[in-house]
Amino acid sequence: MSTRSKELIVLGAITLFALIFYLGKVWGRGTFEFPTWLSAVVIAFIGLSLLWVLILTLKGQLIERRVVFIYVAFAVALPLFMSFSQKITISPEVYQLHEALMELPAGSKVLISFDYDPPSAPELQPMAESIIRVCFENDLKIIVMGLWPQGPQQANLALEKVFEDSTIRAKNLQYGRDYVNLGFQTGNEFVIQRMGSSFESMFSSDYEGTPYKEIPLVRNVRNFSNVDFSVNLSAGFPGTVEWVQIAVDRYGLLMGAGNTAVQAPVMYAYLNAGQLEGLLGGMSGAAEFEAVAEYRAKGTKFMLSQSFAHVVVIAFIIIGNVAFFRSGRKSKLKGN
Amino acid sequence: MEHFALWLSAFLTLGILSFLYKDNPWYKLSEAIFVGISAGFWFVTLFWDNLVGKFWDGWQDEPMLFVGASLGFLMLLRLVPRIGWISRWPLAFIVGATSGLWLMNYLASNIMVQVRATILPLFSTSYASGYDAGWGAIISSLVIVVGTFTGLVYFFFSKEHKGAFGGAARVGIFFIMITFGASFGYTVMSRMSLLIGRMDFLLGDWLGMIG
Repeated sequence: MSTRSKELIVLGAITLFALIFYLGKVWGRGTFEFPTWLSAVVIAFIGLSLLWVLILTLKGQLIERRVVFIYVAFAVALPLFMSFSQKITISPEVYQLHEALMELPAGSKVLISFDYDPPSAPELQPMAESIIRVCFENDLKIIVMGLWPQGPQQANLALEKVFEDSTIRAKNLQYGRDYVNLGFQTGNEFVIQRMGSSFESMFSSDYEGTPYKEIPLVRNVRNFSNVDFSVNLSAGFPGTVEWVQIAVDRYGLLMGAGNTAVQAPVMYAYLNAGQLEGLLGGMSGAAEFEAVAEYRAKGTKFMLSQSFAHVVVIAFIIIGNVAFFRSGRKSKLKGN
Repeated sequence: MEHFALWLSAFLTLGILSFLYKDNPWYKLSEAIFVGISAGFWFVTLFWDNLVGKFWDGWQDEPMLFVGASLGFLMLLRLVPRIGWISRWPLAFIVGATSGLWLMNYLASNIMVQVRATILPLFSTSYASGYDAGWGAIISSLVIVVGTFTGLVYFFFSKEHKGAFGGAARVGIFFIMITFGASFGYTVMSRMSLLIGRMDFLLGDWLGMIG
């Protein structure tokens, strides 16, 4: 059988598999969840197979790179079916952000800037949902904005998710009075600069087109001095760096941040210098915030996949090094 | 429509992931659609938000916007080779203005404040208190001081890295490597998060296998 035929068979099998499960979903089939014993079997199987790969490597049989991809795919996908969650240890910077929000008196205004787009949603959306939830639970008012075009849409998705909870719905929160979405404004860091003197100059109307002066929540919000706290959810430029440099250091705004993991190491310098009032770094930051807020959601659920994937990556780093030393390439590199 | 959107999203996601097997037409199609839509999205966003939303709707209130618009127009003269040199003027303005603004921002936030945060009392929690720091705080402060000092020594090239100076530089490179390692670890976590997000979409939103 030719390679092309095999590829077409695999493609057909994937399509058939997808059709069966999709129709099952449409016809109301429930979700799948591994019982604990099956989860244990899966973990043991993956562990033993990794050991087998290590033994093969020691024998001099190297595996193909696609095998590594398959392992990572399984390590990420299978934990999503598992029923147990891992223990989350909460970092001081996550506590700090939670405490900063909890200490705000009821009715305080919190500015949340959504400076990210869908590609970063797996890390930042769980943070957004739990932060909004904590704000609403403590009767804080939320002003949402975005320096990225799709940020305000992400905010709306997060708000929708939070409002699915009956306890939040029972508070009868009203748009314009308890929360508002000012939308996206182009101009990057210059938007922050101008907001220092006038919010209205940058957001003449909200996301729905209501004029700024007609929105009860922000009618008296002139600039940063009328905001009690802010949270920046950032995936790059413009983001936390610009907010710290302009809003925090120049205008004295109190700010906590949630960042993608790529950015987080840079932000620790701002945290240690007292420029940030707490920091959530990547998916682990999201899971930790969910733990401290006692709200287990996707951040916590995804951490199991994250941990499995890390274990597999570490295993393959070891296997790769074994292959490297066994192949004698080290001595060749040294010129022996 | 919802079914179509889900299947299209899944088709494109699997198309991009198919590159892991090998380069193929499905991947190329998905990539081309992504690049095209991104370019189109940004063009439309910037047209309506910048040109229309800011300039066209706002020039009556802020005549200064004409200065910016004129500079923007001059930039386009690059497309006319005979008078393309004029585009250097707006470029010079952008470089000058941006440098000036960013210099101040970085000097204040990334240099002055960071230097202040590095000058630490080793055995106290603050300069106003006595010797009240615990062992954890003392070690943490020492790591910051030694890391900062040796890191700076590593980047000091006016003296040959030999003897005690060379030793300090070698310690500095260890700190730098640890920083790179932490940064790489976070990057791995971030990329895994993207994969987890896609898996959640494929197995959850699309196929309904997980909750």
